[in-house]
Amino acid sequence: MSRAEAADAGATAAPAPAPAPAAARRWGLSLLLSEVTTTFRRWRTLALLGVLAAVPILIGIAVKIETGGDGGDGGHGGGGPAFISQVTNNGLFLVFTSLAATLPFFLPMAIGVIAGDSVAGEAGSGTLRYLLVAPAGRTRLLLAKYATTMAFCFAATLVVAVSALAVGALLFPLGEVTLISGTTIGFGEGLLRALAIAAVVALSLVGVAALGLFVSTLTTSGVAAMATTVGLLITVQILDQFPQLSAIQPYLFPHYWLSFADLLRDPVYWDQVLRNLGLQALYAAVFGSAAWARFTTKDITV
Amino acid sequence: MEEGRTGPKPWPGAAEGAPVVETRGLTKRFGAQLAVDGLDLVVPRGSVFGFLGPNGSGKTTTIRMLMGLIEPTSGTARVLGEEMPRGTRRVLPRVGALIEGPALYGFLSGRDNLMRFDAADPTADARTRRARVGHALDRVGLTSAAGKKARAYSLGMKQRLGLAAALLQPRELLVLDEPTNGLDPQGMREIRTLVRSLASEGTTVFLSSHLLDEIEQVCTHVAVMARGRLLTQGTVGELASSTRGRLAVTTPDTAEAVRVLKEHGVNDLAVLDDRVTGELPAGPATELADLNAALVRADVRVRAFGTERASLEDAFVALTGEGFDVAG
Ligand SMILES: Nc1ncnc2c1ncn2[C@@H]1O[C@H](COP(=O)(O)OP(=O)(O)OP(=O)(O)O)[C@@H](O)[C@H]1O
Ligand SMILES: [Mg+2]
Repeated sequence: MSRAEAADAGATAAPAPAPAPAAARRWGLSLLLSEVTTTFRRWRTLALLGVLAAVPILIGIAVKIETGGDGGDGGHGGGGPAFISQVTNNGLFLVFTSLAATLPFFLPMAIGVIAGDSVAGEAGSGTLRYLLVAPAGRTRLLLAKYATTMAFCFAATLVVAVSALAVGALLFPLGEVTLISGTTIGFGEGLLRALAIAAVVALSLVGVAALGLFVSTLTTSGVAAMATTVGLLITVQILDQFPQLSAIQPYLFPHYWLSFADLLRDPVYWDQVLRNLGLQALYAAVFGSAAWARFTTKDITV
Repeated sequence: MEEGRTGPKPWPGAAEGAPVVETRGLTKRFGAQLAVDGLDLVVPRGSVFGFLGPNGSGKTTTIRMLMGLIEPTSGTARVLGEEMPRGTRRVLPRVGALIEGPALYGFLSGRDNLMRFDAADPTADARTRRARVGHALDRVGLTSAAGKKARAYSLGMKQRLGLAAALLQPRELLVLDEPTNGLDPQGMREIRTLVRSLASEGTTVFLSSHLLDEIEQVCTHVAVMARGRLLTQGTVGELASSTRGRLAVTTPDTAEAVRVLKEHGVNDLAVLDDRVTGELPAGPATELADLNAALVRADVRVRAFGTERASLEDAFVALTGEGFDVAG
């Protein structure tokens, strides 16, 4: 700062005295890029991804121990898709098993943490006011935050899928895939279906992400927003279990989550999958608008 | 609406053109609390404007309204010719701000903090970002600590980094809410130097502070707030001269001096060691020579005699009262 005196005075700034060049004046991806890198550089984000990566490892080892290397059939267990019995025959089924195991709680909980903290955390630490006077623009900032949360949805799903594929390939044989409908497809096509399923699972999280973002605009405490979002998730998951509430259940965001198994039929049953995606879009629209309405009129007093 | 960045002839105190900040009846109510009450503030272009007031008088709330962070309950605030908060997108790229202390990402380095704040500005050129960040760091003396995580910064280093964020681009207006908070004496001097050099480049500086010395040293204009209301605004000279100066006499015969001065209408007499001070009577200026002669006639041994110019502190206390308690 000692050099601040006189001589240096005019030089601070960029060689762009006029309003910045037109190309840079458009909405620009700078903020989104900064948002993504900032989120993924946080120790907490990496820890969440680490936990998600560990789930397939645990399932894989458990299955391996239980079957003792014997290719026997574990018996088709009740309600959920019975992928687990197939894992010993084909490691690819560990991908489906792991996604089915993490989708009800682990994945949405991780999304709830990231989405809940996105606005509230910055409001609490005060960095939000400096982003807004930069000026990031409230709509632009909210969109960047939502897009980053979505990026995290995909990253989290991918981490589970890739970890499961690696563990599956390591512990079990890989090969042709027998679909739920009984038909057999090659391993290559099986891999493609796994990719499609991962995409559908990631998109299934769009609704929670929007809900978390909305909650995040309501408070200046990141922890409170995370806890509220996760609490809501658990409540809704419980409500989805009561038969007495069957009238409202089709409107609960997790209701069609496990329908991704329908992608393993031949021909694919699209009905429930599309309903799921439609419901997620509805949640994204409703809570996204609510978040926008709240955030663009909110007094930033911290 | 956007013109060039700075006026063609930048010099401090140049009050040409439209004011940089102009508020009319600006009011903010938090529940029952009136934080800012009918504020009419005018900040001339090119001024270094000191914004004074006791704790809780509404300075930060005013600044937040000027920056579009909170919406006024009533009244209007115009910054660089546009109404806030509607004009934020056009106005704020030309404004640098430090509001109620710095706020940083502890898990990022100082440099990465600045990169992030700069990326948030849609008008900032990404190609020059690294260079501008480097320059801003240099300007606040943080270059050698730029790679350190902000979590590990001292209070003064954080304050400097916050200032650097306000200096990422050439600004027309710089809003600094207590910028020297937590700085060491060298840091304070450097901030003063920085403010002066920015002002000489044509940047208008709006500076809130409790340090009256500091305001007196760098500001051309001042406004004083108390309990959400504006008590006065004008040039520093006007404010100081509106408070009458005090007479000061140094003498070993203090008791006798007090008696004589009282006879001649000097009020509010106070004795400290061998110094007697008092307020000169109002009305037609008392001839100081007569007072001095009266003292000498009464055999008071006068060692020094004169008036002290009222300091900004005298003016401030005269306006806002002596009380220490924060207004509820
Ligand atoms: N978010 C809020 N909710 C309720 N009251 C508030 C809020 N923010 C400020 N106030 C009140 O408004 C008044 C003005 O506060 P402000 O922060 O503007 O004061 P200030 O002049 O900046 O004080 P300081 O010199 O201590 O920084 C205070 O009485 C404060 O209690
Ligand atoms: Mg304040």
